[in-house]
Amino acid sequence: MENRNHLAAVKTTNKVEIISNGVVDIPMLQILTAEGEVVNNAVEPELSKDEALKIYNTMEYIRVLDERMVGAQRQGRISFYLASTGEEAASVASAAALSKDDMIMSQYREQGALAYRGYTTEQFMNQMFSNKADPNKGRQMPIHYGDKPLNFMTISSPLGTQIPQASGYAYGQKMSGKDVVTICYFGEGAASEGDFHAGLNMAAVLHCPVIFFCRNNGYAISTPAEEQFAGDGIASRGLGYGIKTIRVDGNDPLAIYAATQEARRIAIEEKCPVLIEAMTYRLAAHSTSDDPTGYRSRDEEDKWRAKDPIARMAKWLESKGWFDEKENQKRVDKARQDVLAAMKSCEKTDVCAVEDIVEDVYDTPPWHLKEQLNDLKAHIKKYPQMYPKTAGRVK
Amino acid sequence: MAKMNLLQAINNALITAMTEDEKVMVFGEDVGHFGGVFRATSHLQEKFGKARCFNTPLTEQGIIGFANGLASQGSVPVAEIQFGDYIFPAFDQIVNETAKWRYRSGGQFDVGTLTIRTPYGGGIAGGHYHSQSPEAFFAHCPGLKIVMPRDPYQAKGLLLASIRDKNPVLFMEPKRLYRASVADVPEDDYELPLGKADVVQEGNDITLLGWGAQIEILQKAAAMALEDGVSCEIIDLRSILPWDVETVMSSVMKTGRLLINHEAPLTGGFASEIAASIQERCFLYLEAPIARVCGLDTPYPLAHEKEYMPDETKTYEAIKRTLHY
Repeated sequence: MENRNHLAAVKTTNKVEIISNGVVDIPMLQILTAEGEVVNNAVEPELSKDEALKIYNTMEYIRVLDERMVGAQRQGRISFYLASTGEEAASVASAAALSKDDMIMSQYREQGALAYRGYTTEQFMNQMFSNKADPNKGRQMPIHYGDKPLNFMTISSPLGTQIPQASGYAYGQKMSGKDVVTICYFGEGAASEGDFHAGLNMAAVLHCPVIFFCRNNGYAISTPAEEQFAGDGIASRGLGYGIKTIRVDGNDPLAIYAATQEARRIAIEEKCPVLIEAMTYRLAAHSTSDDPTGYRSRDEEDKWRAKDPIARMAKWLESKGWFDEKENQKRVDKARQDVLAAMKSCEKTDVCAVEDIVEDVYDTPPWHLKEQLNDLKAHIKKYPQMYPKTAGRVK
Repeated sequence: MAKMNLLQAINNALITAMTEDEKVMVFGEDVGHFGGVFRATSHLQEKFGKARCFNTPLTEQGIIGFANGLASQGSVPVAEIQFGDYIFPAFDQIVNETAKWRYRSGGQFDVGTLTIRTPYGGGIAGGHYHSQSPEAFFAHCPGLKIVMPRDPYQAKGLLLASIRDKNPVLFMEPKRLYRASVADVPEDDYELPLGKADVVQEGNDITLLGWGAQIEILQKAAAMALEDGVSCEIIDLRSILPWDVETVMSSVMKTGRLLINHEAPLTGGFASEIAASIQERCFLYLEAPIARVCGLDTPYPLAHEKEYMPDETKTYEAIKRTLHY
């Protein structure tokens, strides 16, 4: 037995001493203050004007998209939406620190990462209207995006399942010999799932180049973090698994960028996982099916509104002389119009033909699916008024 | 040809697959240096290195989650769950993830390269938690293939086909035959088709349908029936999902009688699905109700293992009842 690592480094003691507090204090990296000033002695990450503006513009675009789509859901145009208001920096600035060849395996509130990769307004709309132009063929609820060309794995609803999957994906990347990583996003609530434990432990033991990115946004639907876990956040667990860990201010785009960049470097050079815990706040409701007034106060929300990552970055950009208020307003107005226009056109696009219902269950439909499709088509032809979305196109 | 038991045939199939394709990786609890608790993965780590054959921590949901991710990346994982009884922590990963991966992404991503191997079944004094036959739970899940071999020759050919199939396959190995079943197995590479049943013995009076270790039981029962002058046709279904309705149908149209035997409990077992489908398709050909000889609707009992099992005498009695209906 080599490396019997559970005994090798253990010191002995002659006192009955139960350890109570956390043995390590995990600080939170902050580069920008809530007012958007660079913290004393902090080192700004190297970001060109273009890169910095791309991060800012993407965050702002996502805020526009979120506002419009929550509105669209209220109007009954889509069935469901899930906004990331207040958390834009977490997904956008982390995605900005990656290579486009890195795989993203997200939870469901990382539309910012997808937009940063280049997902267009029209692509967002096609998914949300479940139409035939959605590469996922309209098979999942709104916001369950997936796009192979952008290396963004299709989202599934069950919480935490992507965590061990990301470990496996990263192991495959390592075996392929390419210098790429997988980033895996999840919330602090999902970190209570067994898959969190399984995924982190496996990544550590099997040396997988994966970045675990936890958005600790304070709430899992209505359950506050203090009813989710009793330890020191999620970061403390990383240490327990033997995973290199950093905690960052989740509303500070520069801190997130710097931490993710460093995590990526370590994951590739040392072939190991890194855990990032981003301390942020879900200013939005959990989803359009949720109403936060039932479980938290306006005061609490206002405190976090004051730490808004977008306003914070705008101030930093201004200090650099990179921010043009007029241009910015123009871009926001255009984004609003684009979203509305795309919504109008994409909501009219047909859903896939009924024949698609049996595709992709297997690589080719087996006999029983073909038989069921034929029965279904015959039935639709008999009762076309019951199936208006597909009846006119049944072959 | 070489004489191999079922474990050796599995081991040989894994060597064949790993030699041919360096993307094939084998992992699970104790499968590394130790070669697995049953030794199905013996010497693989020596031959192919620790990066391609390795131990995992003790977490079934982690093993399958990891395997899903690895398969979606393009590698070819063969993940072992040490006992079928312990597959349930991975139920979510298999049912909600493995099975839906291709569908939910519109075919953009898939885990078609994944094979999950797990020993199943009783007859080894394993009690509740080393004896179950959980195939029906998974047969209810579109997107999976389920394969259950009956002997070493079948095991090698079906496992190679499963590893190379473009869909995720749950490959369930009859553990009571691991060392008990010995046969001539080609050392060369060969595949047997998925989704195709195998007519093990032709006959005219009744069709006996089963899979895995129960084929042996059907053969014993058929021999008993033959002494009464009854000619039994025996079919090994081999694939539970998708299953070969054509072969079963044409046999039942010839014999007019069907008996289905499985180790798993009766209620909601896969025999129910087969019985329903065959009565729909062969109603006017049936001369007796379709018989099911299955495990009892109890947890798998240790002390009463023999009483629980759908053995050859229970099968023989059911053959007689069906013929004299």
